[in-house]
Amino acid sequence: MNQDSFLALRHIRKEFGAFTALQDINLDIRKGEFVCFLGPSGCGKTTLLRIIAGLDVQTAGEVHQNNTDISRLPPALRDYGIVFQSYALFPNLSVADNVAYGLVNRKTPKAEAVKRVTELLKLVGLPGSEKKYPSQLSGGQQQRIALARALATSPGLLLLDEPLSALDALERVRLRQEIRALQQKLGVTTIMVTHDQEEALSVADRIVVMNHGVIEQVGTPMEIYREPASPFVADFVGKVNVLPARVANGELRFGALCLPGGGADRDVKIYLRPEDVLARPIADGDAHVFDATLEKIEFLGSFCHVHVGSPALGVHKLTVYLSLNFLSEQALQIGSTLKLKLLPERIKVF
Amino acid sequence: MQAVIVRPAVKQQTHWVDYLGHLLLALIALVLLLFLAAPLLAILQQALQDKTGRLIWFDNFIAYAQTPAMLESLWNSVWVSGLVTLIAVPLAFGFAYALTRSCMQYKALFRGITLIPLLAPSLLSAISLIYWFGNQGVLKGWMQAVGIDQIYGAPGIVVAECFAVFPHALMILVTALSLSDARLYEAADAMGTSASRKFFTITLPGAKYGLISAALVTFTLVITDFGIPKVIGGNFNVLATDVFKLVIGQQDFAKGAVVAILLLLPAVLTFAVDGYVSKRQTAMLTARAVPYRPKPSRAYDAAMTIYCCAIAFLVLAMLGMAVFASFASFWPYNLTPSLRHYTMGLVDAEVGVGFVNSLKMAAGTAVFGTALVFCGAYLLEKTKGMDGLRGVVRMLAMLPMAVPGLVLGLGYIFFFNAPDNPLGGLYHTMTLLTVCTIVHFYTTGHLTAVTALKSLDGEFEAVSASLKVPFFKTFWRVTLPICTPALIDIARYFFINAMTTISAVVFLYSPETKVASIAILNLDEAGEMGAAAAMAVLIGMVSTVATLLFMLLAWWVNRSTQQWRHTSI
Repeated sequence: MNQDSFLALRHIRKEFGAFTALQDINLDIRKGEFVCFLGPSGCGKTTLLRIIAGLDVQTAGEVHQNNTDISRLPPALRDYGIVFQSYALFPNLSVADNVAYGLVNRKTPKAEAVKRVTELLKLVGLPGSEKKYPSQLSGGQQQRIALARALATSPGLLLLDEPLSALDALERVRLRQEIRALQQKLGVTTIMVTHDQEEALSVADRIVVMNHGVIEQVGTPMEIYREPASPFVADFVGKVNVLPARVANGELRFGALCLPGGGADRDVKIYLRPEDVLARPIADGDAHVFDATLEKIEFLGSFCHVHVGSPALGVHKLTVYLSLNFLSEQALQIGSTLKLKLLPERIKVF
Repeated sequence: MQAVIVRPAVKQQTHWVDYLGHLLLALIALVLLLFLAAPLLAILQQALQDKTGRLIWFDNFIAYAQTPAMLESLWNSVWVSGLVTLIAVPLAFGFAYALTRSCMQYKALFRGITLIPLLAPSLLSAISLIYWFGNQGVLKGWMQAVGIDQIYGAPGIVVAECFAVFPHALMILVTALSLSDARLYEAADAMGTSASRKFFTITLPGAKYGLISAALVTFTLVITDFGIPKVIGGNFNVLATDVFKLVIGQQDFAKGAVVAILLLLPAVLTFAVDGYVSKRQTAMLTARAVPYRPKPSRAYDAAMTIYCCAIAFLVLAMLGMAVFASFASFWPYNLTPSLRHYTMGLVDAEVGVGFVNSLKMAAGTAVFGTALVFCGAYLLEKTKGMDGLRGVVRMLAMLPMAVPGLVLGLGYIFFFNAPDNPLGGLYHTMTLLTVCTIVHFYTTGHLTAVTALKSLDGEFEAVSASLKVPFFKTFWRVTLPICTPALIDIARYFFINAMTTISAVVFLYSPETKVASIAILNLDEAGEMGAAAAMAVLIGMVSTVATLLFMLLAWWVNRSTQQWRHTSI
């Protein structure tokens, strides 16, 4: 067992009848780390979280928390706080009673519980809301209360099951930064399940990308984005152009372009992020420059998704990001031509 | 190369709190097995045995089929039930249509009037009918003018049953017609569809499942009803009265059991079809459906009002006659109002004791029934583990819907009156009457509880466990307070039905534990029609008062403990 690991998953497997939801999941999470389980719906991320919580039971495998085997412990004997997408606040109890729900059962003296509630409500930015009922609060506020309730008993592990999915876009961005700040302040080991890659990239120390019940990649947000370990990760996280190519004689060829490459001769696919195709600066004599024609401009505000075609690419199209300023400066419109440059070191080949 | 080791699936340790949940669930299962499954099996056993207790398979059924009088009863039951279904369901459909699809005035009033019959024993309509059309009936001449010689027999049963089942069919159809999607009608209007085409292509198909369900429920209610044929059936024999005669009169348990099984068939069919139908019905309506809002149309609304007035008038005439006759000094010669029948019934015929018994039974049913049903539903919906037992309890909770009261009561005789049953001491006691009534009306209460529980967030229990709070604390602090309105609903349902029920308890009472609804039958049998009417009216009044009290309780609970519902941002 890795001594450094606060939470360790070993060979976790989960079957629902004939369907395998998780197969052989191994993962170590360090103390104080903020980890995101990221993946499309049905990838098994929520199932994995529920197994860590003891709400679902793994078919095989072990869960260790704080160097103790908790694989067979019921939820009540584990040490975690949990927040659900639906908030699951008790509607008939006031905010104070909700937050103090777990404290009351621990025979915490009343005055102390009241103090703790005040402290927690301040922590989540809702001081003075003790007497309100959940229905008097907005979705974001309710989720903050759910967070306070989960943190009230100072658990060693905080589990967040898509906590932001039910909120509107602005509130989502605001709350995710608050959660991150709170987590750093308290230093509580946190696992958040999300299907929103932007959310995962912006808050996580490490991201666990999952698909079809297996872990595709574990890494920092930058590693996941820049060094995707599989086509799935490259495709799921961020936007990417996928083009067929061929490795032949130590060169990577696609369309009329030729890049340095290696390995045996074979057909491959190259993955190229839109921001890795540059429109400037391009100096005379630069390598990997080609002429392209603007075919479609998708206006998104300060920058645009621009679809380009090029004789160099044959029938394949490329999406690049161009700033609005650049487009108007160069007076570019549909049908215009421009020069684009590839960054070969950024191209991923699978 | 890695060796594949097949290990048994990981099993979680059970927390002591969960053991408690399992124990309680097992207890509920035991109650349902003892007081529902065992009596039903006792019927099956009786039907397959001869008098000495030897297994003779289907000989009893064959003997039954070879008795012409019995077959006649079977045929009578079937055609009468069929005819009532054909009359009552279309009438109820028209009424439900007016309530849901017109801008008629006073909808609540109309609906309320048609629901009044539910507050009194169903045989009240039979008693009224005798006052209207019986030997000394007010309108006997009118009836004979249309060629019906006398009301006793099939005509009386058909008409009285129509009144008795009308509210049941109406409730189902109102629900079915309320589930409509206005967008379909808007689309049809945009295409210039005629009113009749809209009715036949949108309305009727939409209400199809409701109609099927209403028809089956009506048929089952009629074929298993005992009170009405007993009071107004005369020499016209039906299955329900046969069972009683066979078991209580002739002590022919085997034949009684055969008839009981015949009565079980339509109910089981209804149950199966209803289960299928309700699945289809909910699937039909998506979350995005827009409820239909009728538009005012003078002529159409007026026609609907006239129709509903006519029905409401008939219902009121029926109820009114029983009330009027119960106060008449000496029908039909001296109609001056007096309380003679009330004193006669309550004091001389000692129905007063029966009333006290009825109230005890109704209160017991309401309190213990609600507790049992709600705990059962909670344990099923919100706790985990013991999946096998869970399935059994779930099935047993739905089963009473498919068991007519008459059959259940018969099962209770067979099971609890058996000489070697250690529970035999319960026979003829108030306790058994109460338990029987709880079981008889279990399913509706269970479904109400399940609906209320399902509307709660499914993660409450998970959150509680993560906070180390045992489930029973969350049940007490959260689940129960939120579900109080549903609890009151269930208690009211139990109370009213316990007050008015006849079919199950008719087999189980002793002179000491006779309840008021049974006393009505005895009074009627003794020729004391006036007193019978008076007691039926009295039950109706008690039920009405009880309903009002329950409504008051609901209002008070709503005001004092449900503030959180009324606050919003």
